[in-house]
Amino acid sequence: MGKVIVVTSGKGGVGKTTSSAALGAALAQGGDKVVVVDFDVGLRNLDLVMGAERRVVYDLVNVIQGEAKLTQALIRDKRVETLYLLPASQTRDKDNLTAEGVAAVIGALKANFDWVICDSPAGIERGATLAMRHADIAIVVTNPEVSSVRDSDRIIGLLDSKTLKAENGERMEKHLLLTRYDPLRAERGDMLKVDDVLEILSIPLLGIIPESMDVLRASNIGSPVTLADQGSAPALAYFDAIRRLKGEQIPVTVPGEKRGFFGKFFGRKAA
Amino acid sequence: MNLFRLFSRPRSAPAARERLQVLLAHERAAAGGDADLLGKLRDEILRAISKHMQIDDDKVSVRMERGAQVSTLAVDIEVPFDAGKKAA
Repeated sequence: MGKVIVVTSGKGGVGKTTSSAALGAALAQGGDKVVVVDFDVGLRNLDLVMGAERRVVYDLVNVIQGEAKLTQALIRDKRVETLYLLPASQTRDKDNLTAEGVAAVIGALKANFDWVICDSPAGIERGATLAMRHADIAIVVTNPEVSSVRDSDRIIGLLDSKTLKAENGERMEKHLLLTRYDPLRAERGDMLKVDDVLEILSIPLLGIIPESMDVLRASNIGSPVTLADQGSAPALAYFDAIRRLKGEQIPVTVPGEKRGFFGKFFGRKAA
Repeated sequence: MNLFRLFSRPRSAPAARERLQVLLAHERAAAGGDADLLGKLRDEILRAISKHMQIDDDKVSVRMERGAQVSTLAVDIEVPFDAGKKAA
């Protein structure tokens, strides 16, 4: 049985889809069988970020409505053999996502894949709660910015109350993925530091993804950043994150940290 | 002049951190949590002081710093110039 991960955040635009694609690809690049599921019905984007937008025929809603088989809707990545995508519907009504339908799809995916990564829509509505409902592990994506941290706190509350695990009295495994981090600005005191965010949210740190041009460049060409530029700072950070996800104990550092002249003398390590 | 700004401009991250701590303490309590220590403290302190002088609700800040061994509680209350007269 595979593990179900929900990539969630509360606030939109913090990097859920980018991170879902990058983490999924990184796991698949290591040989694991991975499917990334887009739960953002109505506003799908995962297909675009993964470069499969022109190959979508059937989607998650088609499968749930019984109009297509799961195998017909799954899109295999052209670059990595063990990476699959289950796209969201673009035009349909969100209410077509039924609780039973989602349960059946996740159940079938779990049986066939090592990892099922659910890319959650933003917000705390039905779509987001359905995406997290069956998760074994939650990755909370947060920017070092007040509105993002606040909404993440809210989502952590939901993860502890509205998921199957919570209802069964189990503890949901939660991890923080801090994205768009700029070590220089944090050092200067104009961006929340890693320690600040960790203290406020108090869930373990999975990784720090540095603010980088490479992320936008990768999404421009429709490739997860771990595939587009394997040696880039964000890619290395995602590779480290999946090692931690698999249980390895490796220290978290800020990748690609550029230090200014003053940083060299007065700086302190951010993690 | 980047170097000059480095010294002259106040840093915004500590403000962000402080605002979040206070806000989330309130919100966690509203969501049914039990950890609204800061919120309760703030309300009670406010009530106690307003018995004796008029203070502005917004000018009271209660801040908790949690350390490994010691936590500190900082209460910051701005008392207006003519506060004593009004209540007395």
